Amino acid sequence: MATLRDIKRRINAVSNTKQITKAMKMVAAAKLRKAQTRMTEMRPYAEKMNSVIAALSGGEGDLHPLLVQRPRRTIELLVLTSDRGLCGAFNSNVLKEAERSIAGWNAENFRVSISVVGKKARDYFKRRKVEMRNEWTGLSGKLVYSDARRIAEDIIENYMNETIDEVFIVYNQFRTVISQEVTVAQLVPMAPPESEKGGEGQEEASTVFIYEPSQQAILSQLLPKNIEVQIYRALLESQASEEAARMTAMENATKNADEMIGSLTLQYNKARQASITAELMDIVGGVEALKG
Amino acid sequence: MAEKLTLDIVTPYGHVFTGEVDEIVAAGSDGELGILPDHIPLITTLKIGMLTYRNGSETAHFFVNWGYAEVGPDKVTIIADSAEKSEDIDVERARKAMQRAEERLKQIEKFDEGRARAALERSMMRVQIAEKQTAR
Repeated sequence: MATLRDIKRRINAVSNTKQITKAMKMVAAAKLRKAQTRMTEMRPYAEKMNSVIAALSGGEGDLHPLLVQRPRRTIELLVLTSDRGLCGAFNSNVLKEAERSIAGWNAENFRVSISVVGKKARDYFKRRKVEMRNEWTGLSGKLVYSDARRIAEDIIENYMNETIDEVFIVYNQFRTVISQEVTVAQLVPMAPPESEKGGEGQEEASTVFIYEPSQQAILSQLLPKNIEVQIYRALLESQASEEAARMTAMENATKNADEMIGSLTLQYNKARQASITAELMDIVGGVEALKG
Repeated sequence: MAEKLTLDIVTPYGHVFTGEVDEIVAAGSDGELGILPDHIPLITTLKIGMLTYRNGSETAHFFVNWGYAEVGPDKVTIIADSAEKSEDIDVERARKAMQRAEERLKQIEKFDEGRARAALERSMMRVQIAEKQTAR
């Protein structure tokens, strides 16, 4: 049986940990709120952009290289993870899905190139001696639109010079605070987006627009921009998911710490009682001995 | 016949403006264009510049940093990298950016010229639009 002092020390250690996890939970909750706001702010922009592209491409798929499907030789996978841990299965879920996709493509004899966002993915592939085409770290926390632009520029450049023929992105999509879903989505080449649902979209698609300067010129500006937007959106989703996952993980940790403190306190009291009983027995024994 | 235009300015950071207006003047990439209700459907690119709307006797100016305008008979949607209403422009910051860009253009071998020029254009336009506000 552990001594009284040992148990006391453990109780202290666990309650210190509990304080940390509790604080981390609060911080994650605050950051989650911020990330969620940014996601909602972003939404109308992405939707409007989709409807403009739908109107522009008008279902024709060969107006721009970014819309054309080349024979696939090299497939690029962009893996979005976080820089920091302590967020439950957030990163391992993404990495598991990434491994699965990569294994699938390898089996079909495609070359696979990997780019990563976040230290977790970078360290993971480095440990496995998998070569990465590019890496971006240090984004989480202070994510700005130009980060997405940097990533998009790199991807488009490599797509245009045919280093890569197809690009997928794997990330945690934010559903609710307690559920995040790992999603694999195709970035390039782009399928011309469906116009918004409902009567309005139908109408728009059939309208004949005047283009200034020209349909081609607008598309060639708009399509790269749309890739930026999609990456930015995925980054935001991933960030919100990260904080949500961290919040849940920390809440569980706090709960576990509470439980542990409870059972340790019980043990402590038991041990204390046992030692008192033992002392009493000693005294009683001593008195009996003196009597005799 | 549409009486008014619904103007909607969206950026990656949310809606900047949504509302009904009588007239819009925007800086299209092929020149300035004025839009009144019942305009022919048009999609155009916008350059760094000013967007002005008039609603009755009220006018307001916006700084628009690149973007696209989708014009319908009763609706104009501006999709921009960033947009600010004239009174929300941080003049101090714009002036600093202007100085920085000018300095970079002086030592062009060290910096990306296109980027510096765009930064200069942006900051100059911001200051110009902000001053319009105070002059009014």
